[in-house]
Amino acid sequence: MKKYKSDVVVIGAGAAGLAAAIEVKKANLGVLIIERDKELGGITLQCIHNGFGLKEFEEELTGPEYAQRFINQVLELKIPFLLDSMVIEITKEKFVYAVNRNEGLIEVEAKAIILAMGCRERTRGAINIPGFRPAGIYTAGQAQRFVNIEGYLPGNTYVILGSGDIGMIMARRLTWEGCKVKAVVEIQPYVSGLLRNQVQCLEDYDIPLITNYTVTKIHGRERIKGVTISKVGRNFDRIIGSDQFIECDTLLLSVGLIPENELTLEAGAELSQNGGPLVDENLETTIDGIFACGNVLQVHDLVDMVTVEAKRAGKNAVEYINTRYGKELKKEKTFKCISGENVNYVKPDVINKDELSKNIYFTFRVKYPDRRVVIQLKDENNNIIYSKKKIYVIPSEMIELDLNLEEIKVNPDSKSITIEVIPRLEVLIEED
Amino acid sequence: MIYDVIIIGGGVTGCCIARNLSKYDLKIALLEKEADISSGTTKANSGVIHAGFASPREYLKRDLCIQGNKLYTQAFEELNFPFQRIGSFVIALEDNQIKNLEEQRRQGTQDGVPGLEVILDKEKIKYMEPNITNDVVGVLHAPTAGIVSPYEMTFALAENAATNGVKFFRNQKVKRIKHQNYTFVIKTKDKEYKASNVINAAGVYGEKISKMVGLDYFNIMPRKGEYILFDRNAMHLNKILFPTPTKISKGILVCPTVSGNTFVGPNAQNISDKKDISTTEAGLKEILEGGRTLVPNLPLRASIRNFAGLRAVPDSYDFIIDNTDVYGFINVVGILSPGLTSCYAIAERVTEFLELLGANMTVKEDYNPIRAKPERFKNLSKVELDNKIKEDPAWGRIICRCETIPEKEILNAIRSPVGATTLDGIKFRCRPGMGRCQGGFCKPRLIEILSRELNIPYEDVVKMGEETNLLVAKTKEIVLRSIEGGKKE
Repeated sequence: MKKYKSDVVVIGAGAAGLAAAIEVKKANLGVLIIERDKELGGITLQCIHNGFGLKEFEEELTGPEYAQRFINQVLELKIPFLLDSMVIEITKEKFVYAVNRNEGLIEVEAKAIILAMGCRERTRGAINIPGFRPAGIYTAGQAQRFVNIEGYLPGNTYVILGSGDIGMIMARRLTWEGCKVKAVVEIQPYVSGLLRNQVQCLEDYDIPLITNYTVTKIHGRERIKGVTISKVGRNFDRIIGSDQFIECDTLLLSVGLIPENELTLEAGAELSQNGGPLVDENLETTIDGIFACGNVLQVHDLVDMVTVEAKRAGKNAVEYINTRYGKELKKEKTFKCISGENVNYVKPDVINKDELSKNIYFTFRVKYPDRRVVIQLKDENNNIIYSKKKIYVIPSEMIELDLNLEEIKVNPDSKSITIEVIPRLEVLIEED
Repeated sequence: MIYDVIIIGGGVTGCCIARNLSKYDLKIALLEKEADISSGTTKANSGVIHAGFASPREYLKRDLCIQGNKLYTQAFEELNFPFQRIGSFVIALEDNQIKNLEEQRRQGTQDGVPGLEVILDKEKIKYMEPNITNDVVGVLHAPTAGIVSPYEMTFALAENAATNGVKFFRNQKVKRIKHQNYTFVIKTKDKEYKASNVINAAGVYGEKISKMVGLDYFNIMPRKGEYILFDRNAMHLNKILFPTPTKISKGILVCPTVSGNTFVGPNAQNISDKKDISTTEAGLKEILEGGRTLVPNLPLRASIRNFAGLRAVPDSYDFIIDNTDVYGFINVVGILSPGLTSCYAIAERVTEFLELLGANMTVKEDYNPIRAKPERFKNLSKVELDNKIKEDPAWGRIICRCETIPEKEILNAIRSPVGATTLDGIKFRCRPGMGRCQGGFCKPRLIEILSRELNIPYEDVVKMGEETNLLVAKTKEIVLRSIEGGKKE
């Protein structure tokens, strides 16, 4: 068995893993990146469309260009990495086990671990569409890999279920390839991806977006021959008599992403309701010295925000090694962050009360779109400690709040902080 | 060449007969209409090995089930397929159902089903199966019931049969059978096979094959059963859970699988189309409701797949295993539940028929009943793993992340006797794509491996047979075609 030692091990070489590793290396600590694919860059490599880097570099880049800027730094800083290597186990004691073809089983002993494994796509079974199980059903990301990396087209005529960003981007990509995208079907009354993708990928190419509809049957025993779509009511139940048949030879699913946390769970870290690990304000999981960032923690809509989060994880891992590693510092006094009205989830899940002078970086998503709202933070006794107006909120856009809890005078005895997004009072009065 | 025996149908029944006969000095072939064996009823059923008390006493299937259950012990030792005798509960939810359980226990015990016990102590029941509903009033516990991977067992049977000389021909749909001079001439789309004896194990198509030799004395009705499969982490059942049965069906069960998943199903729906393996909204609802009466907290959010299979239901509701009036033609049809449990007993019966027909039943000297256990990454210790990768680097390239399957296991599935030639063939042999991501990660990698191993272009790689191609063209080809087409106009 090959044995390595490294201050930090980063699992995953996507946008998150690369930025986190660079941050660690810049602080003069040793870092090793382990990546399961055959090159650095992760999923950004198959995202050959533009729109990356507007925040980070104030430039519009493609996914591979964005990744390359970080890959170049990794190479310049001589950060070691293992490719084609699958991590099969992480332990609480921060041993990481991986396998690859050349070295066999690898054991890495680390002081800290940064989880950056990304997410996976929800599949058909998870949403239980009845019908046949023919060839020609792919997730949008799978299709993206086939077209952009492997150089193959999965079909000729498409229906795309779900209006996630990858689905809409693939609608445009496939249209460019001479394929016909018959429709993008969305069960919600609104698009689940970004507005800019709705405009640039669907509207500009006259691809119909059918909201309040879902696929209710898959036709064709060998290759898919078409789908039945149906209108749904309030509880997403099928409205009888609304069925429509659409002929297609391929169905793409863009119905959501799930953080990929099998390793995290096996290591014994707790997960929270959004499927990502439960973390504190340092992005540290419930296991000391194991940090998480990027889509493994929460699904982001912009890669630039992944980078910001990953840099924080990298810095925090460095701080952990320099100040807390090897010492048993119990972090007992915490605020629990609670998702209040119209909040789907919030990160961090807990905040340590010891260091309230530091800024806390909240990220969260709403459950449903709303206009003219106020974002409020409340303590345990429902006292409003912070509020901020916002013109509109939609689930596809992650909301960030950078707050200093001392400045906003949080009652340190409160056990929790609740974030809620509610309609503004003046709006209610107006409407009365 | 004239085979001594040709078996039509590569499901569990056909493959089990093939393997049983491979012991003897016979020239045997098996014809399967699909691109792979284990493609029909065998691939989509409950995978339950019944204890044997459930069918009425007048039925042949009761005897063969009780006998077949016992034969699994030896088969498991020889063939190394996933099988666990975890025991089953028939659950009574009302006091008046207890009498039924008592009667089944009495008759079952008389007929040789071991260990049957009616348990009325709710605490004990809950201890044995914590997920069971609080409404339970009693259960009939059958400790010899078990779970098996029906397709992995069928592949094991086929591999062992092939190792012992049976020839397997896939993509061979039988079109016609001529019977002359004590020889059957079987025509498929592109080939002709000759045999002295024919065994019809064609499942839902058994009636059609039988009619080809003029035997028209039964009907086979396809009866659809739908299932929902849940993720491995979602729930852990200790027991196979049946409701108290009705006349038509053993009812909707909630059951663990040998790979640690849980499923609910099947319902029972008589249909006319023998290709209709589609699931329905109403059916999925029905099985969930049925399952919930036994296990109220079914993990709906963790469902990873729904599927349906067809049972071959004969009008007699019993197995039809006949040495027919057409000399040398044996019908093994109408193998509905408990067909999977009974397969080894069925194969023995068919072997006796062949003896009666005068086939040469000399046991081969080099017959090897053992099919080695497939090596699995997951079962290897860290040290073993390290050595394996050094022996063969293909052990170190993980293709399926959910089930942790390395390239080596996939190559073994392709290169084994009667190996996989399709994506589903790999999936059912070693599980890539069966996990929670359902092939999201591994599909491109599997296509690459199949293309390389079979030496075919990517576009020719199929999911499960003809017209199930996964990719249609290289990028730019569709655009170029439309431009070229435009020029011609």
